[in-house]
Amino acid sequence: MKILVCISNVPDTTSKINFIENDTKFDKQGVQFVINPNDEFGLTRAIWFKEQQGATVDVMHVGRSDADPTLRKALAIGADKALRIDTDATDGFVVANQIANFVKENPYDLIIAGRESIDYNGGMVPGMMASVLGYAFVNTCVGLKIDGKEAVAVREMDGGSETLKTQLPLIIGAQKGLVEETDLKIPNMRGIMQARQKPFEVIAAKDINANTTVSKFEKPEPKAHVKLIAADDLDQLIDLLQNEAKVL
Amino acid sequence: MSILVLTESENGKLKKNAFEVVSYAKALANHQNTTVTALAINCDEPGELGNFGADKVLNTTLTFPYFDALIYSEIATQAVKQEGSNLVIISSSANAKYMAGILAAKLDAGYVSNVVDLPVFGAHTTVKRMAFSNKAFSHTTLHANMNVLGLSTNAFGAAENQVNAQVIEFQPNIPDQTMTQIDVSQTTGKASIADADIVVSAGRGLKGPENWGIIEEMAEVLGAATACSKPVSDMGWRPHSEHVGQTGKPVATNLYFAIGISGAIQHLAGINASKIKVVINTDPEAPFFKAADYGIVGDAFDVVPRLTEKLKALQIGSV
Repeated sequence: MKILVCISNVPDTTSKINFIENDTKFDKQGVQFVINPNDEFGLTRAIWFKEQQGATVDVMHVGRSDADPTLRKALAIGADKALRIDTDATDGFVVANQIANFVKENPYDLIIAGRESIDYNGGMVPGMMASVLGYAFVNTCVGLKIDGKEAVAVREMDGGSETLKTQLPLIIGAQKGLVEETDLKIPNMRGIMQARQKPFEVIAAKDINANTTVSKFEKPEPKAHVKLIAADDLDQLIDLLQNEAKVL
Repeated sequence: MSILVLTESENGKLKKNAFEVVSYAKALANHQNTTVTALAINCDEPGELGNFGADKVLNTTLTFPYFDALIYSEIATQAVKQEGSNLVIISSSANAKYMAGILAAKLDAGYVSNVVDLPVFGAHTTVKRMAFSNKAFSHTTLHANMNVLGLSTNAFGAAENQVNAQVIEFQPNIPDQTMTQIDVSQTTGKASIADADIVVSAGRGLKGPENWGIIEEMAEVLGAATACSKPVSDMGWRPHSEHVGQTGKPVATNLYFAIGISGAIQHLAGINASKIKVVINTDPEAPFFKAADYGIVGDAFDVVPRLTEKLKALQIGSV
């Protein structure tokens, strides 16, 4: 089985978000970049398939060389090959179509992408790729079993889940639940050394125009001070919720 | 060039977000001097959409009762082509986000998710959306001729706007299903985090899964959904599906209770879109007090049962 895991390079979840150049660019100063958490759940499941059922795992990123350390980390965790399409990932449409163009020439049985990146939260890449490639697609995937060409996937819905049966090739939108948090792998020294020997290909991008661009960022208004209510005066809390906030 | 809205129904009943997306489209249509066409699939009362401003409803009934992203996006694509629309409005539900990418690719459209306001028109149209997991907004410029906007839950609200909706039976060509639903588990009789007006969420301060009774009781009295922090789901005290935060579910509810949750930056990001936040925590230094509207410094085991008793008297959940 050939698996492709799509990786976004995102600010660590603890990062403070600031903008520069008149609020048009994200301030990378002092920010640690990591594998997008939703992608990491997917990568961990891909490596499970490699170890338990036999598979090759390629990781793919659309972007510039500043993401290479993140891709090396994916190799150190256990991926076999890294691929980077060298262009600016202006929007999800560009990313999905760049990857889909590559996959048309280099087909995979299973493609895993996080359900969304935690920076731009576009949430469109896996579905767009599936539509362009004609692959089956399961989003917000929290369980996946593969037997030959048959796949059984569990999808988290609002207020429940459903189990879907389909055929490979398949694309899933990965998220927490696909593997447990404790299954996530931290690269060890041996993995890091091996990663240096693994193939790392930089691929020229096709000419694709973005459908959307970001013109400006904005930070939310700072919150007004919390109103403290004494623990023995719960009537005041209810009064405030009913008459001030008007939410009860 | 009517604006096309995809509405969602569950067991034949229109969902709350259906009224939100139609209200949003109507506001937009008034600005653009055009009309709103709503697509309703497996819906018993499509005419209800007229109460929120749908001028026309395309009504389709399928042979299977559940959501299928590929089929629904194919139906939507045919509706868009028939109506000659260049703008499609969808919600931010799990189903809407499932089909969004497929639909945008089929229509060769730009897709903007998590939209929080009406577009600003000019030389280029710009839409305000949430980004960086609710830690910031981005103003996104549309360049394509066809666009799909995904409206953030609870960002615009539903506005009554009585129109005599013309309901038309719509008979698209339905492709074969490539996926079969072999099992479904739905938490029945309980509000889901995505749809609830109130969410009662608890964290490590509850000390153990056996203590969740007070949280569930308070939620029941309020007709609220229950949720939890990341450590609580990681330790297996509560199911993953209840984890709210940056890597869990986003919450955009009217009222969010955080009980025994310290307020890590990732948690605060995930619940930031909620309108009113109430924190109950023994530690007055907990970061959540900086993000909340109302706070009580106190022990959950003392405060929550007393609060539940007082809320019972209001009879909120029974409405």
